[in-house]
Amino acid sequence: MKIHEYQGKQIFAKYGIPVPKGYPAFSTEEAEAAAKRLIDETGVPVVVVKAQIHAGGRGKGGGVKVVKDGPKKARETADSLLGMQLVTHQTGPAGQKVRRLYIEQGLDIARELYLGMVVDREKKRIAIMASTEGGVEIEKVAAETPEKILTEHIDPALGLGGWQARKLAFGLEIGKGSPKPKETVKQFSDIVAKLGRLFEKEDCSLLEVNPLIVTKAGDVIALDSKINFDSNAEGRHPEWNELEDKDEEDAVELEAKEAGLSYINLDGDIGCLVNGAGLAMSTMDIIKHFGGEPANFLDVGGGATKEQVTKAFKIILHSDEVKGIFVNIFGGIMKCDVIAEGVVAAAKEIGLSVPCVVRLEGTNVDLGKKILSESGLKIVPAGTMADGAQKIVQLTRGA
Amino acid sequence: MAILVNKNTRVVIQGITGSAGSFHAKQCVAYGTQVVAGCTPGRGGETFEAEGPDGKKIGIPVFDTMAEAVKQTGADTSCVFVPPLGAADSILEAAEAGCRLVIAITEGIPVMDMVRARRVLDGKNVRLIGPNCPGVITPGECKIGIMPGHIHRPGKIGVVSRSGTLTYEAVGQLTALGIGQSTCIGIGGDPVNGTDFIDVLKLFNEDPNTEGVIMIGEIGGNAEERAAEYIKAQFKKPVAGFIAGTTAPPGKRMGHAGAIISGGKGTAKDKIAALTAAGVKVAPTPSDMGTTLKSLL
Repeated sequence: MKIHEYQGKQIFAKYGIPVPKGYPAFSTEEAEAAAKRLIDETGVPVVVVKAQIHAGGRGKGGGVKVVKDGPKKARETADSLLGMQLVTHQTGPAGQKVRRLYIEQGLDIARELYLGMVVDREKKRIAIMASTEGGVEIEKVAAETPEKILTEHIDPALGLGGWQARKLAFGLEIGKGSPKPKETVKQFSDIVAKLGRLFEKEDCSLLEVNPLIVTKAGDVIALDSKINFDSNAEGRHPEWNELEDKDEEDAVELEAKEAGLSYINLDGDIGCLVNGAGLAMSTMDIIKHFGGEPANFLDVGGGATKEQVTKAFKIILHSDEVKGIFVNIFGGIMKCDVIAEGVVAAAKEIGLSVPCVVRLEGTNVDLGKKILSESGLKIVPAGTMADGAQKIVQLTRGA
Repeated sequence: MAILVNKNTRVVIQGITGSAGSFHAKQCVAYGTQVVAGCTPGRGGETFEAEGPDGKKIGIPVFDTMAEAVKQTGADTSCVFVPPLGAADSILEAAEAGCRLVIAITEGIPVMDMVRARRVLDGKNVRLIGPNCPGVITPGECKIGIMPGHIHRPGKIGVVSRSGTLTYEAVGQLTALGIGQSTCIGIGGDPVNGTDFIDVLKLFNEDPNTEGVIMIGEIGGNAEERAAEYIKAQFKKPVAGFIAGTTAPPGKRMGHAGAIISGGKGTAKDKIAALTAAGVKVAPTPSDMGTTLKSLL
């Protein structure tokens, strides 16, 4: 689960991590008022208007504007940003509509650094990565100059060691150019330790501060925040409900999630209904292998009910792009007759307007096949995955 | 022989009174697995009824704590069906009670819980399989987990996989070709798990009853690449491989928490290249896993 920059900064502030002063704004009026308030409070005439979407690269995409001419100008800037389709390297070509802004005080930046945290699968620990190359695409730094990224792993029993934070601080030469180098190192170490605690306590799966800045006065401040939460931990974080922004999610994916289905929309025209994540992924692969394009990833899970299968069918047929459906089930725990009943119920309820190939294997397979063949529906049976994939590709191409 | 589990393995089911736990406990007993105990806090003293392969009724004692279950029954292996937020704690309880093998079926355990659990387990003589996995089966002897027993047959091919249903697909293909399996292991689809490909491959390497292996990976992480290095350097038996997710878009979690391409890393293309370079024959489609393995024998 992703949250907005301003929400992340509110969490930072809770942990005592310094962030610039700022206020969220949902309208041009609010943006103007926020700018006025900031200028009054800080005495600095510069504010930054930042588009809030769940994607990185906002600055480069034109979603972050520095305003030096007062609240009225901030309002105009807000007007130009609100409602725009912001395209960044992470949004895809269609971009994401800007519905929220964050108005923040301007700061005198001396240096921009990168700080990121993820769970390192190989080490089975949280990894903290830091780099002097802040403010840009860290993916690029990692690919081209990996030696510029310093990494420390947090021992979950001990937390981040002071020596580790210092190692990063001196590795980045954080004090260099600061009017108070000792204090700058101390502030940096303190921030890193707090971020480590935050990551663990708040069940993050990814945390980035890009950039973490050193001001001309030598103070270290989190100028940006990106937090992804581990959805598995949702059950112990009721506060996440309020942080969720459903406008940022794909409506159909959200509908599927609420029905207990794992669904991802893709660009092709062959809908897939599969049980199990690995089988669902490889069903997409085999369709592509035989020259087709999958319209979605859909995992109905190991213990899906007839109702869930019906719902899954409806979700696939939502899209006008779908020219055919491939149902691929290896019923282990999930019984083939249950799937067959779901398919028949859905097809009868909403009408099956496109070709449908069904491959069933596993528990109660004969019963499942019988239900399908006696249903009177135009369902094409398939013996294997390859057979099914070839058939659906042929049928949709002909259509 | 086979690896990890056999007809002598004594199993305790954690969460045996829950809906998933009770259903699968019965399936395991019906397969012939020696389920000697169950554990559900607050339900100690009850008896869990199941039927063996011959239809004979078997009463399985339920205990409040794992320490008691192990002490009273001599169970050496645990299978965890406890709901996600309590599952990591149950894994540690099993380890602390003296189980040498813990198989965690539960899907959706918070990653941070697993990070902490792994830290504790690293200092102990206990192996964790999973979580978020179908379990382990030695066909004809012992089934611990949620895989459909009837698709397997005893034989000499090991199967190791990050994905559940894709394992069944591979096993189904092998059985249809008349090729039996020594042991099939799902290592799970989570980013932090207990046992990796390399750990399982090492066991297969030493097992005289395993003559070849199907290894099924998927996008995300670099466990397949690391396994490829090991295979190249030390593995003595033929390996057929498959990687799911060639068409998966980056940045999207493909069902499994661990199946995600992030920062351009963990793509199927990289994994297939690494395995191929290590001498693994990678099946062109998931329908060809069985025939690819057969071509190596």
